[in-house]
Amino acid sequence: MTDLKTPLARVHGLGSAKSGTHHWWLHRVTAVAQIPLVIFFVVSIVGNVGGDYESWMLWIQHPVVAVLMILFIANTCYHFRLGLQVLIEDYVHEKGIRLLSMLGLTFGSVLLATVGIFSILKISFGG
Amino acid sequence: MTASILHRATGAALTGGAFLLVIWLAALADSPESFAYAQDLFGTFIGRLVLFGLTLALMQHLASGIRHLLTDAGKLFRLKRNTASAKFTFIFSVVSTVGVWVWAYFNMGAL
Repeated sequence: MTDLKTPLARVHGLGSAKSGTHHWWLHRVTAVAQIPLVIFFVVSIVGNVGGDYESWMLWIQHPVVAVLMILFIANTCYHFRLGLQVLIEDYVHEKGIRLLSMLGLTFGSVLLATVGIFSILKISFGG
Repeated sequence: MTASILHRATGAALTGGAFLLVIWLAALADSPESFAYAQDLFGTFIGRLVLFGLTLALMQHLASGIRHLLTDAGKLFRLKRNTASAKFTFIFSVVSTVGVWVWAYFNMGAL
């Protein structure tokens, strides 16, 4: 079969979107990171269920919990940013709505991560 | 096929879960009053039902996510194993969700 790609394009392997497997790969990297983070999150939350305001504050103020929760929030937002992009690309066909949903997704995921991380830091440093 | 569709559906639902988690953290960071309000809201019957659904979605997404990573690595391509692993994700999500909630109610002193 005749290959219309130039040798350079074949070497780069970036395809028509010019980003190659970057998106796909990052989705998997964040997925692998989520496995221990989700287990930590569930065990940690259920272990504190039934606690009052003070006990939840003390829980987040623990440095290990704060660091892992920040990682969990950041990785979750990154992971759903990549995942929902696939859903938009597959199911939203109208160009304008597609662009707007993509913009909303990017802004929303960064906003959510920032509010979550800021809240954890506020509890950790300010009480 | 069901496992694959469920992976997408639960992924989308869990984005809503991430939103609720951040709201809850922001309430905790804001004040004891905001936190009490959030706790009351999540504690209602509807609130608990949503949280139960999100636990089920999280466990399903975790299991089918690991299954997807294994197929990405070239495993589970024999039809029998592929079907069995899909069934396993359903069993895992139901059993672990019930386990998590029994543990949670036990911690609250309700059991």
